[in-house]
Amino acid sequence: MENLAAPATKRLSIDDAIEHLKSSHPHAVKSDDREGYEGVIVDSDRLVEIARVIRDKLGFDYLSSATAVDYLGEGDHMEMVYHAYRSSGGGALVFKAQTDREAAQIPSLVSVWRGADFQEREAWDLYGIRFPGHPNLTRILMWEGFEGHPMRKDWREAYYEEEQKPFDSRWPGGHVHRAEEKNVFGKNVSYPPDIDLNRLMDTSDTAVYQSLGLGVDIERVMDKDGFETNELVVNMGPHHPSTHGVFRMVLTVDGETVTSLEPVMGYLHRNHEKIGERNTYLHNIPFTDRLDYISSMGNNHGYVLAVEQLMSLGRRYNPPTYRCEALRVMMVELSRIVNHLWAIGFWLNDIGAFFTPVLYFIQERERILDFFEAVAGSRMMCNYMRFGGLFGDLPERIKSVSNLTNDRVRDYNTMQFLTEMINERIPRTIDELELLLTQNEIVIERSMGVGVLGAEDAINFSAAGPLLRGSGVAYDIRRADPYSIYGELDFDVAVEQEGDMYARYRVRVTELRESVRILKQILPRLEATAGESIWADGKPGAYQPRVPHGESYGRVENGKGELGYYIVSAGGRGGSANPWRYHVRAPSFINLTPLGHMSKGHKVADIVGILGSIDIVLGETDR
Amino acid sequence: MDLNLQELNATEFPVPVELEDNIAITSLSQLYNWGRRNSMWPMLFGLACCAIEMIATASSRFDFSRFGFEVMRATPRQADLMIVSGTVTKKMVVPIVRLYNQMPEPKYVLAMGACASGGGPFKEGYNVVSGMDKYLPVDVYVPGCPPTPQALLYGMIALQRKIDGQSIANGDDVPWYGEGPAEPTPVPVLGPDIIDPRQMDMIRRQAEAAASEAGLLGQRELPAFTQLVAATAVATTAETTEAGPVDEDALSVVLPTGGTPWAEAEDIREKRRLRALARKALRATRRAAQTEGE
Ligand code: SF4
Repeated sequence: MENLAAPATKRLSIDDAIEHLKSSHPHAVKSDDREGYEGVIVDSDRLVEIARVIRDKLGFDYLSSATAVDYLGEGDHMEMVYHAYRSSGGGALVFKAQTDREAAQIPSLVSVWRGADFQEREAWDLYGIRFPGHPNLTRILMWEGFEGHPMRKDWREAYYEEEQKPFDSRWPGGHVHRAEEKNVFGKNVSYPPDIDLNRLMDTSDTAVYQSLGLGVDIERVMDKDGFETNELVVNMGPHHPSTHGVFRMVLTVDGETVTSLEPVMGYLHRNHEKIGERNTYLHNIPFTDRLDYISSMGNNHGYVLAVEQLMSLGRRYNPPTYRCEALRVMMVELSRIVNHLWAIGFWLNDIGAFFTPVLYFIQERERILDFFEAVAGSRMMCNYMRFGGLFGDLPERIKSVSNLTNDRVRDYNTMQFLTEMINERIPRTIDELELLLTQNEIVIERSMGVGVLGAEDAINFSAAGPLLRGSGVAYDIRRADPYSIYGELDFDVAVEQEGDMYARYRVRVTELRESVRILKQILPRLEATAGESIWADGKPGAYQPRVPHGESYGRVENGKGELGYYIVSAGGRGGSANPWRYHVRAPSFINLTPLGHMSKGHKVADIVGILGSIDIVLGETDR
Repeated sequence: MDLNLQELNATEFPVPVELEDNIAITSLSQLYNWGRRNSMWPMLFGLACCAIEMIATASSRFDFSRFGFEVMRATPRQADLMIVSGTVTKKMVVPIVRLYNQMPEPKYVLAMGACASGGGPFKEGYNVVSGMDKYLPVDVYVPGCPPTPQALLYGMIALQRKIDGQSIANGDDVPWYGEGPAEPTPVPVLGPDIIDPRQMDMIRRQAEAAASEAGLLGQRELPAFTQLVAATAVATTAETTEAGPVDEDALSVVLPTGGTPWAEAEDIREKRRLRALARKALRATRRAAQTEGE
């Protein structure tokens, strides 16, 4: 074993790391040589052991994503796909474990990476894969008692029409029908034939409490006379003004102090991935807008990167032009500013500065949204990026589309508008924000030392974004694994050591400034490329691309953290028009894994602030 | 009838000078509605992406307080209006119906966006309810994905118009003007799939039919498309009567037309708009003439 310790210090390249794994575990590890696939397939019996080697010996200490794929009809097995990175930067080591479809079972990796916790629960919930060794393997997005595992390829929803879009009913035939009329219940429901209504009770809540493993006898706590217990279960959400949407937390408190916390989610689970696998590739772009609906541009970017990666395996693909990349980066950075302003504002709401700061930040957001509206046609759901290009170039002048009538005030030259916004307005807002908040006594009192997450924990929990960087890990994908034109741009990675709420606030403020710095570098690039096309050969690429066989994982640093898309195309020779697997590695979802850990020992009022400092958005958490 | 204006002014309350010698006649309904429509408090309750635009509508640039929507209340007990701002999922519809039941009457529901109106982009999803009106009576639908703040404001004003048209005298018009408390909406149950208690009987019949045809139906094909449609034609008619007091008229926006003060105001506004357009056109022609002259 000792001789294995040496390579870790040497920092093997990914290929060498794979070679090392294969030679040290000759029977358990083999290359994944399917066309367009990368990484290794690991014998699932020895998965935990090999995962330890990958983490400790090879240094891939950050498990970015763990997700399941159902290969029904393409080999008839289930597969868990893991993407591990080094927290010091670089590419991914991809490893997979396969299992039978019936009685699917893969050992849990929670003992190696606690960040796998929710992701494995999701795989159990949606794919029905069991994870022996998982501390709390219960459904996470659907409710206990729901019939079936909906992401399996042979599971059909109540409004099922066809496997893949475009459906015949809509194209080319094009007759419209309402799905409700085809379902005898007039609703989006279907029941198993053996449904027993006599024994039906609403057990969804009891099940939630029991599944939490809180170690508290609920019946006894609810009993007024049961004074022998001094622990109390407090439910917050899903309708609660401070949970940033329909998120729910169940806490046990001892007096005012929180002893344990369990996040409960799925209240906005709108089946993004199931719908995404029926959609064509292009269809999915507007759906990604609705993931993290504060920063839709960033979501677009991650998705087009993932698909472009796959498309580049094929023959007919032109990478985006320089102007296109510059525009993408500009849009993404503007979204980041919107996101961070929003996050800081609502976090302040949570710690007591109710709505006043937010009002100022929303004003600034409106300004940026006006720009988005003029360029992409919609304020929030921009649907702006395309494979190999964009929806359109900047317009000559900016007018607000929905305010067009009677709106003689807003008609600007685009470049002038941008220059003014980037050089004056946004920096002014950030200055104002800092002036009022950074040294503010109350902010400091409330947030310093609260909700601490250490650097090692943060990595182990797969935390991402400001949550990770606030804990002293300088990991920003724009630097660690550069994409687009970030490699040539000049900016610093924001990082703070303390790991508390205040550190996360500081990281966000620094990132606001860094974003402005990037935007200032983008402006001359835009001017230099004015008049150039955003498409490689001067005209838009294929409307409905056929994507070559293979898998890809595209990830970007979004406002909330690492946003990744895992895409599998299982087409024949010519490629496929619909993704076989479409998975979103959602930072808001995985960043909640350490919430319980961070909340322990704090007061109930702090919990709200800790949640706010993580900055989640439910569209992405529940997907 | 002879009216002595002097006598009218001699009340025990001082009448301001500018109001003396005037008579204002209104109906109790109108007075009551006027008060209600201008103090509609929405519930602070966001579901999905649309909630962000709702917040934008509440904040300074659009500011729905200007129209009487004053403050958002986090508790249903203090709210008059539920803005269903986003995708309603099966898991979430249970608390939503409970919240609705907790709101004091009179209460209104505004479905904001494509999702709340009919399922929206996520309609096919297995966990998505295709429209809030499958469970609650909806007063106003606002289309859009998300609706712009302007559209939401328009929808809220439409709701005010609807309130204007309601009458205390007519108990059938609006349930809460009738006698006694209204029935609470039955709360759905999360079973193998979501179960609307109003459809219990129907589900039972379906299950029986399926049991007798055991083997013919796949695991999850019970309700869909196939043989059972004929068997359920009966059940469907039975179901509509069972579903109880869901008034079809109450489901759509009632815009008063003609004769009401509101319509008159609209007429005046329309005339003003036309005049403004005419003036604008005149100015444009003048300007054109001027530049030509130069
Ligand atoms: S209507 Fe569109 S914006 Fe609104 S909740 Fe649904 S998907 Fe989101």
